[in-house]
Amino acid sequence: MLLDPDGRPTAAGAARLPAGEELLRGLAGMITARRFNDQASALVRQGRLAVYPSSHGQEGCQVAAAQVLDDGDWLFPTYRDTAAAVARGVDPVEVLGLLKGDWHSGYDPYERRVAPLTTPLATQLPHAVGVAHAARLRGEGTVVLAMCGDGATSEGDFHEALNFAAVFRAPVVFFVQNNQYAISVPLARQTAAPTLAHKGVGYGIPGEQVDGNDLAALLDVLSGAVERARAGEGPQLVEGRTYRMQAHTNADDATRYRADGEVAAWVARDPLVRLETYLRTDGILDDARAAAFADAAEQVARRTRDGINRDVVPDPDDLFRYVYSEPTSQLVEQLALVHDELSRDESSRDESSRGEQSRAEAHR
Amino acid sequence: MTTTAVAHETLSTAQAINRALHDAMTEDPAVLMLGEDVGPLGGVFRVTDGLTATFGEDRCFDTPLAEAGIAGFAVGLAMNGMRPVVEMQFDAFAYPAFEQVVSHIAKMRNRTRGRVELPLVIRVPYAGGIGGVEHHCDSSESYYAHTPGLHVVTPSNPSDAYSLLRSAIASPDPVIFLEPKKLYWAKGEVALGDRREPGIGTAVVRRQGTDATLIAYGPAVPVAMEAAEEAAREGRSLQVVDLRSIVPFDDATVCAAVESTGRAVVIAEAAGFASVASEIAARVSERCFHSLSAPVRRVTGFDIPYPPPKLEHVQLPSVARILDAVDDLQWEDA
Repeated sequence: MLLDPDGRPTAAGAARLPAGEELLRGLAGMITARRFNDQASALVRQGRLAVYPSSHGQEGCQVAAAQVLDDGDWLFPTYRDTAAAVARGVDPVEVLGLLKGDWHSGYDPYERRVAPLTTPLATQLPHAVGVAHAARLRGEGTVVLAMCGDGATSEGDFHEALNFAAVFRAPVVFFVQNNQYAISVPLARQTAAPTLAHKGVGYGIPGEQVDGNDLAALLDVLSGAVERARAGEGPQLVEGRTYRMQAHTNADDATRYRADGEVAAWVARDPLVRLETYLRTDGILDDARAAAFADAAEQVARRTRDGINRDVVPDPDDLFRYVYSEPTSQLVEQLALVHDELSRDESSRDESSRGEQSRAEAHR
Repeated sequence: MTTTAVAHETLSTAQAINRALHDAMTEDPAVLMLGEDVGPLGGVFRVTDGLTATFGEDRCFDTPLAEAGIAGFAVGLAMNGMRPVVEMQFDAFAYPAFEQVVSHIAKMRNRTRGRVELPLVIRVPYAGGIGGVEHHCDSSESYYAHTPGLHVVTPSNPSDAYSLLRSAIASPDPVIFLEPKKLYWAKGEVALGDRREPGIGTAVVRRQGTDATLIAYGPAVPVAMEAAEEAAREGRSLQVVDLRSIVPFDDATVCAAVESTGRAVVIAEAAGFASVASEIAARVSERCFHSLSAPVRRVTGFDIPYPPPKLEHVQLPSVARILDAVDDLQWEDA
């Protein structure tokens, strides 16, 4: 911890606080991330998104994960890490493509080097190791930061990815956002280890725990991990202790498994308030700058709103277009069937009464 | 462009696969070979013999013993410019990788609208007939064939093994390359060089015949050929189609063959219920109905877990069982 929950530098913080501009950039990112989270949640209530797993409360982790990477690095997010993808520069509307329901993934992963949001837990972690290993074989200085949650650390793919990364000394930073719950199941049911960072020991990977609601500490710890990975010291494991302040998604009811008091204690540790308090107290942030950050966040929210509210008519041909590089003869036949069905649907809508009549005749 | 003389050599299937790997790795430095024991040992069937010595440990290497990790790691390699070839040590040992295969390898192109291609090959030694103990003899093709986004191929001889693997490695799509274990040591003449034909998606009429069509793939092809030979001695002319490629399926070749004879028997080692053999029988019935003189018959493994070595002869389609099925094709109506 470099800043305590009241925004005061700790003893460690006095020596290791990142530069003021870095912290301002982080604050701006968190304000945008919070606004984006809340906008997306609102769009669910308005029926514009199928579902939204919000990272409200985890914005420190989201922003730091993106901020410590260079352009040539890779980020591997989970479905809850939409705000991290936005922080890395992916278009917010495209980030929400999966949740809007037009397609499974909305953005080009190569454009900002952000892998598709992954829904099955931990399965993206071995991919991250492979991407890092390929880069290393070519002598590139790429680092891959792979995100997952506390629940995902129970999955076999978490174990296999850390083990592969360690054996191949792949430049991967595994960043576990321990937000205390996997939907309703608390951390105590996922692990008996003293911390998730301890899990690194079994793989020969350095593990470090950091206050996931302290952006200053996150930047410090994660950038250290990224630089060690880049320098050839192999993979790194970082556990950010944070809290999912809202329910798993809009479809979840968190009051069934956790008490209001517990949530309130974490709200008092809000990562945005903590950093803003420090930056204002120390004179690094003034009202004009704060207003500019809020304005920038509002622009992202507006762009998100406008983009999600714009109806795109999905093309059924796309369902067949991307299964293989070239469609098989079976898919060509099946798409022709779809075309035929759709054209008949349209003509029957146009002339529904005649359709009913002919069906009645057919039954005679 | 000058045409170079294509070398022909007599090779076993295992050697032909080894040569295909060697030649693909020579041509393209992005081709990597990885898996369990594929390094200095050369694989438990010696299919990767010599590749580490020739290309170095960065190109052909052993991984930790974890199939999901291997498959997921290969996804990342393929996402970032490589063309990984994975060896799963045995059919049933590939099951831990199933989630990676089904949820990521098969779907990545679709998920990303073609932006992320996964040019990777998963080689799986499969099927029985070698007296293997439990977990070493599964015919797992239906699991893969049922998953949209995967190509699934299986050679029945060394020559096809070479061209199909060259074609699979060159493909921009993920390919499940099923290697019939019992044919690893079968020898044949192989044309080498930059040869990718016959490639993915084409079946072949392996033996001409006029009375009925036997449709088989992989390890069942030699049995079908033997049955046709036996039938000829009994005065019946059987045609044999070797699918080579399960996905994509060559409807045109299969239908033309069946229409020419009017009778069909599908032969496969795998348990028959909800299998590739079922799919073929259904397709042929739907598409060739008016040419058929009898219902399409299936000769498959029974719907039981693969037997222990001393009982596997009960499970495997035999010449006798195939000929019995042929006898049942309503010849009295002809």
